[in-house]
Amino acid sequence: MDTWTFGWTVALIGMGGTMLVLWSLSLLILLIKKIFPYQSQETEMQKS
Amino acid sequence: MESAIVSGLQGILLGVINLDVQHIVMIAVGCTLVWLGISKGYEPLLLLPIGFGAILVNIPQAGMMDEHGFLRFFYDNGVLTEIFPLLIFIGIGAMTDFQPLLENPKIILLGAAGQFGIFLTLLLALALGFDKLDAVAVAIIGACDGPTAIYVSSKFAPHLLGAVSVAAYSYMSLVPLIQPPIMRILTTDKERKIVMGVVKQPVSKTTKIIFPVVVTIVASILAPLGAALIGTVMLGNLLRESGVVDRLRSASENEIANIVTLLLGLAIGGTMQADKFLRGETLLVLALGLIAICLDTAVGVLFGKLMSLLTGGKINPLIGAAGISAFPMSARVVQVEGQKYNKKSYLLMHAMSANAGGQIGSVIAAAVMLSVLKGMGITG
Repeated sequence: MDTWTFGWTVALIGMGGTMLVLWSLSLLILLIKKIFPYQSQETEMQKS
Repeated sequence: MESAIVSGLQGILLGVINLDVQHIVMIAVGCTLVWLGISKGYEPLLLLPIGFGAILVNIPQAGMMDEHGFLRFFYDNGVLTEIFPLLIFIGIGAMTDFQPLLENPKIILLGAAGQFGIFLTLLLALALGFDKLDAVAVAIIGACDGPTAIYVSSKFAPHLLGAVSVAAYSYMSLVPLIQPPIMRILTTDKERKIVMGVVKQPVSKTTKIIFPVVVTIVASILAPLGAALIGTVMLGNLLRESGVVDRLRSASENEIANIVTLLLGLAIGGTMQADKFLRGETLLVLALGLIAICLDTAVGVLFGKLMSLLTGGKINPLIGAAGISAFPMSARVVQVEGQKYNKKSYLLMHAMSANAGGQIGSVIAAAVMLSVLKGMGITG
């Protein structure tokens, strides 16, 4: 494989892949927050 | 008797006889790193042992990096095996609070944009004639994350480890000088004055505990070659958030991290032998490292501008600069810059979200890169 094919492949898949993985994680965080919402009791527990 | 005395004297003078200009230059470089750590406060935890290791390894005939040498032992067993950076990652995970990111998850995308400098620098390094694997090692300085840079460069280009590590840690400490001019050039006065509202989305304890487990599973499945990197950071964070293993959390962020940092620094210093370090290539590595961090900042800010546009001006693009892994230094830089243009603008919490995203982003970027290279049949 020549240098430029290597470089552009790693760069494009790398940038796209990183963005895709982090975007997936942001969606997962939203999902987890929906499934396990913050309970107001937690504030009281933290205060006590 | 006479010859015995001469031989004995020669033994004593062995160091002096073999001392050349290159050794003296490298001892001076080591002393400079120690001075930077002590006097200027530039990442002293790493630069001090690295500098001292560089001094030790350049003492002629001391054999520090010979087969059974003092520094060679730590290098072979800690760096080449990748154990040291991974142990430090557990400590980083234990020290990091991902709450700001969990409160505002869309900001994590800035942490992805903040890694683009890695890949753009890869192209630049290839254009400058670096070998493919060397270019990967140089580009990873753009992760702005010392352990990640060490992990990747020790895998693909161990001969560049000294230069890559020194560049990574030096530039991380220079973030307050490197970032502001780029932030100013790429944003308008109006954009810099944007006031971002307070995000009031409290996060449950369960979410905080599940987060590291889910990230480990999902990210490792998507980029399996980075499972060790991602897994160790998230293990550290799970120790922190679980609240039931306080001794392990404390050991990870204190005793283990401290001991490993010392040994890692010495081992990296050990790679800075005169004949390997004093090359034109080293200067290029240092220059490309600086460019990588500038590109990270630039792409982060530009992505911030895009997010600002898409949200109707609700996001201050300055926080894009915090999408790198230098935590929390970069977030503080954003806060200071924002305050210069609008005293009512408090960007710190938003910048902390982006900065936490940058910490995850740098590890994910390295993991993705390792997986892509493996897929292309290129392994370290």
